[in-house]
Amino acid sequence: MKIHIRNGHVIDPANGIDRAADVFIAKGKIVGVTGGNPRGDGAAPPGFEANATIDATGCIVCPGLVDLSARLREPGFEYRATLESEMAAAAAGGVTSLACPPDTDPTLDEPGLVEMLKHRARLPEFAHVYPVGALTINLEGKRLTEMAELAEAGCIAFGQANTPVLDTQVLMRAMQYAATFGFSVWLQAQDPYLAKNGVAHDGEISARLGLAGIPVVAETIALATILHLARETGVRLHLTRISSADGIEMVAAARATGIDVTCDVAVHHLHLCDQDIGFFNPHARLDPPLRAAADRDALRAGLASGAINALCSDHTPVDDDAKQTPFDEAEPGATGLELLLPLTLKWAAEMQLPLATALARVTIDPARILGIGGGTLSAGAAADVCVFDPQAPARISRETLKSQGKNTPFLGQELKGRVRCTLIEGHLAYDGAFA
Amino acid sequence: MNRNPQLNAHGELQHLITLEGLSREILQGILDTAEPFAEVAEREVKKVPLLRGKSVFNLFFENSTRTRTTFEIAAKRLSADVINLNINTSSASKGESLLDTVDNLAAMQADMFVVRHASSGAPYLIAQHLAATGREHIHVVNAGDGRHAHPTQGLLDMYTIRHYKKDFTRLTVAVVGDVLHSRVARSQIHALRTLGVPEIRVIAPRTLLPSGVADMGVRVFQDMKEGLKGVDVVMMLRLQNERMQGALLPSPQEYFKYYGLTPDKLRLAKPDAIVMHPGPMNRGIEIDSAVADGSHSVILPQVTFGIAVRMAVMSMLAGS
Repeated sequence: MKIHIRNGHVIDPANGIDRAADVFIAKGKIVGVTGGNPRGDGAAPPGFEANATIDATGCIVCPGLVDLSARLREPGFEYRATLESEMAAAAAGGVTSLACPPDTDPTLDEPGLVEMLKHRARLPEFAHVYPVGALTINLEGKRLTEMAELAEAGCIAFGQANTPVLDTQVLMRAMQYAATFGFSVWLQAQDPYLAKNGVAHDGEISARLGLAGIPVVAETIALATILHLARETGVRLHLTRISSADGIEMVAAARATGIDVTCDVAVHHLHLCDQDIGFFNPHARLDPPLRAAADRDALRAGLASGAINALCSDHTPVDDDAKQTPFDEAEPGATGLELLLPLTLKWAAEMQLPLATALARVTIDPARILGIGGGTLSAGAAADVCVFDPQAPARISRETLKSQGKNTPFLGQELKGRVRCTLIEGHLAYDGAFA
Repeated sequence: MNRNPQLNAHGELQHLITLEGLSREILQGILDTAEPFAEVAEREVKKVPLLRGKSVFNLFFENSTRTRTTFEIAAKRLSADVINLNINTSSASKGESLLDTVDNLAAMQADMFVVRHASSGAPYLIAQHLAATGREHIHVVNAGDGRHAHPTQGLLDMYTIRHYKKDFTRLTVAVVGDVLHSRVARSQIHALRTLGVPEIRVIAPRTLLPSGVADMGVRVFQDMKEGLKGVDVVMMLRLQNERMQGALLPSPQEYFKYYGLTPDKLRLAKPDAIVMHPGPMNRGIEIDSAVADGSHSVILPQVTFGIAVRMAVMSMLAGS
């Protein structure tokens, strides 16, 4: 199969491409990106004869999105979502690679489970799945998992999802063991004692609404512990879902002293803050909590400057029964695969950022954290491509969302940026023309 | 969700969920409406027919005797049919969700739900669910939700203050005790601000104050003696048993010594100061019996006024 994507505007941040150009694909790989004259097709590589042409007039053509956190809910939570539903959501959102956290049931602490997940996810229209293995058995923070075996089965890093390791000795040994094999450790920084019973950012809003608070120090104290242990062990560290201005500063300071650390932020936290809880909207119950407006602004600026390395959807489908409850009983999380692109564009527009900078945060930058080859349109790379119309309205509704999780604070809103088609290794995984 | 969900499209009260965001006119209107109901209680026949034929469901997901009883009396004096349901947490363990319970009771032709729930915001969820399912004609009255609000308690407190002090705009009011966990305190503070009280003080150790409390427009005192100086009204809060020992407070004895209202401390307030408490009281922990039963105490009148205020709220929401 040879595909010619013509008349589009190609943005490939990794290669510094940001111009009108054509993309040529053969055998599931990028053959080349040519053109650049104001009008007219790029010249096909010698001997290239397309069997299919995609007209990308008015559209941006970029590498498929790489999402550092998408819960597929398999195994164990199939009533919330299935691989099929969430893969359809990924493709509709232009996401072609995703990392899934280990908080499934059972947790991803056994090579067999990882192999099964990889096997189930192997269909050509499915995004590439990169499991994050459990750092400790059953995420209990007591015994190390067989990391080397898990890596052979397909895990690209080891983490704890949202469950902290209480015992700092275990945490240090887990980091040492991971460092032995050169594996990355992904951790979310939240002190469980300071966060105990908390459901919202500790501040004016939680005081007014009478919601138990999670103070910023819950993040910074955990960060201090984790960063010190990372320095001690030399492990490659990735911090997931930074939520506060203080947290960003600590990570930047640690990096300046030579600690090998990256971090990401969830797309909801770029746009929302604790005020968006409104009248106890359970869709605004997230983990980590939405923090103050000043924190949100720091996250937006930190992602723009690169202090925060990547943006992810933190896709967490939750069924209605677990959301249609009082705020403090609602299960945290929001569906995100289909909102990642429009919310990235919204952030870029509001910050007046070049589109190439914004798209880097959801393509090449997360791909580097994953340590996979994706996130580019380089010749020879897998033909994972997203074609989207940046101006087309995307209505976020229960009907339009393909994810089984309809839980998003943006429900009922219209955002800009609609995926026209998604290619995964040259396979047409999503065709928005018929959607 | 931009519109305050407790108001209808005409800006009138559809539900009573919180006092926050309600105008001075609405609050004063409720207090004015309560005045004649206080007189009904003096009559031999203590009934008026305003809610005749209406069904009021007391939906208590959390235990309460006093509040439920006063709501029941208020509804009965308005001639409503009252159904009491103590649902506790056991129904949740049986698997029925809050909204399933609400749907079932709504199907029994309820006109009003009086709701108490351990979770902040639960009455909003119910009101929004009723609106989303075309049953917005069923009124929701919040009888206390988590730490969020207890609006009828706040209103009866305002009624009591107005009864004894007349003019809100010259008062200094102190709220003393466990503000962090108190829905009563939050409702009191919102109402006092709206009604124009120029100085609202909260007095408590740091462990019992929410971190954002100063943003609610109050002056914060850790020293009770400082905080009580020259106040017109002292509003004591109940300290829950489980909070008396542990990481919030070391012991009830130490709490009483520093934050219990004793005759000595009360002498720092104005000579004609009134002392209030939402009940039930912990004598010897947050309040000395000599104060609770003393000449400054208006704690029992609060209970009586509470019935009139709840009659006013229910009749304004559902009265024909």
